[in-house]
Amino acid sequence: MLSAQGFGGPGKMKEYHYAGAVENRFSPYAFNGGTVLAVAGEDFAIVASDTRLSEGYSIHSRDSPKCYKLTDTTVIGCSGFHGDCLTLTKIIDARLKMYKHSNNKTMTSGAIAAMLSTILYSRRFFPYYVYNIIGGLDEEGKGAVYSFDPVGSYQRDTYKAGGSASAMLQPLLDNQSDSCQNAASQIGFKNMEGVQHLPLTQEKAVQLVKDVFISAAERDVYTGDALRVCVITKDGINEQTIPLRKD
Amino acid sequence: MALSTVLETPGAGFNFENAARNVALQGLLDGAQTPKPLKTGTTIAGVVFKDGVVLGADTRATSSEVVADKMCAKIHYISPNIYCCGAGTAADTEKTTDLLSSNLSIFSLNSGRNPRVVMAVNILQDMLYRYHGQIGANLILGGVDCSGNHLYTVGPYGSVNKVPYLAMGSGDLAALGILEDGFKHNLELEEAKELVRSSIHAGIMSDLGSGNNIDICVITKKGVDYIRPYQESEYKDKRNIKYRYRPGTTPVLTEKVIALKLEVVQEAVQKMDTA
Repeated sequence: MLSAQGFGGPGKMKEYHYAGAVENRFSPYAFNGGTVLAVAGEDFAIVASDTRLSEGYSIHSRDSPKCYKLTDTTVIGCSGFHGDCLTLTKIIDARLKMYKHSNNKTMTSGAIAAMLSTILYSRRFFPYYVYNIIGGLDEEGKGAVYSFDPVGSYQRDTYKAGGSASAMLQPLLDNQSDSCQNAASQIGFKNMEGVQHLPLTQEKAVQLVKDVFISAAERDVYTGDALRVCVITKDGINEQTIPLRKD
Repeated sequence: MALSTVLETPGAGFNFENAARNVALQGLLDGAQTPKPLKTGTTIAGVVFKDGVVLGADTRATSSEVVADKMCAKIHYISPNIYCCGAGTAADTEKTTDLLSSNLSIFSLNSGRNPRVVMAVNILQDMLYRYHGQIGANLILGGVDCSGNHLYTVGPYGSVNKVPYLAMGSGDLAALGILEDGFKHNLELEEAKELVRSSIHAGIMSDLGSGNNIDICVITKKGVDYIRPYQESEYKDKRNIKYRYRPGTTPVLTEKVIALKLEVVQEAVQKMDTA
């Protein structure tokens, strides 16, 4: 008889369907959902995440944001397994303090990204199940976004979505450009012809991020409840919370 | 004239042709994913009240973690006096209830009577047990017939329960909490509707597999009131910016027009017999 007991990997709903011998293995990982998005502008960066913490079909918390402030100019968004997210951010905080005490200066965004890559790779054979995106200002004051995979591969981007709804958000951002009278978001411009490449303003970027999360909450069950947006400028980090679908 | 049978009795024993086929398919497509059935991940509930039965359901259909349908109908028609809510695999609930409905209408035409709820339950139980759980349908059947108001649940393995109130689906525990707290025998219509609505609402808020709107179906001796949606979701998407593309955004690289040459080969006129 066919074994309908599919594990489907972390995050997928388990099929409770007895059909023959079943082997239950302890998995050290759980998938707690959540989506993170980061956008870099000329002189600002935005890191946004939803605040829902879930497991299986249940909700653990409606108010668990996934953006963590590292320095005055850097915010990291972590989604995936919440246990590993917490530990990883603790480790990064400790390393930041150590650097500050040894070198008498704060770590720059690029340096934090490079350090995070080594931290993640040190656990190559029992990875941190976390999808990281760092957003901040680089040494010249320009916006920077660094995106990571769970074992430490990273690159600098202009915008990146990570987490459960990343596959829905990333193509939307890739193609965004608008030439209506109320000229809106300008980001990505992939596969387009005859569009003006206007730089992205801070207001438009925040609007785009809000809209994109509203769309993600419609179709991804793990995304919702509220949206936490952190806008990083040379004047500091400004946080706002916007409600999303709760169902 | 041969008497049409109510149900075609299949061969003796369990029929597992499809299960064997599934195993073979998995072997063929190894590496690639076998198509995953769409599961409804649902909250459905039913309550027996003074004059009849109230059934309720949410309207979200999920395909693992993505919402596939925001307005799917989970309350299915069985006969004029019986409706059925379905949770589990969407195709299974649809086809099972359609099959049941067809069989019962044959029976009605044969006997000149409205079918009884217990008859629908027995047919369902028989079919689902025969497939030994391979048909993933969790159903709540409610209806009014000459012997009273009835609410039954049928599980995928063929188990049956006759109950005054119940909830099924992934949000059943949340809904059942509300039902256990608020249920009394011989409720009035408005109280029963409100109880079912708030239990489905609890399922929608607490369960990730349920969401969007609430459908309600009231069945009484006088008739059926299918209210869809009974309560619309309070979360309407409001986007700030327009995301449309100007015509010409996608580059056209080459264009080739091939004219089809048509010529009349044969023409014939055939008169219709309108006698």
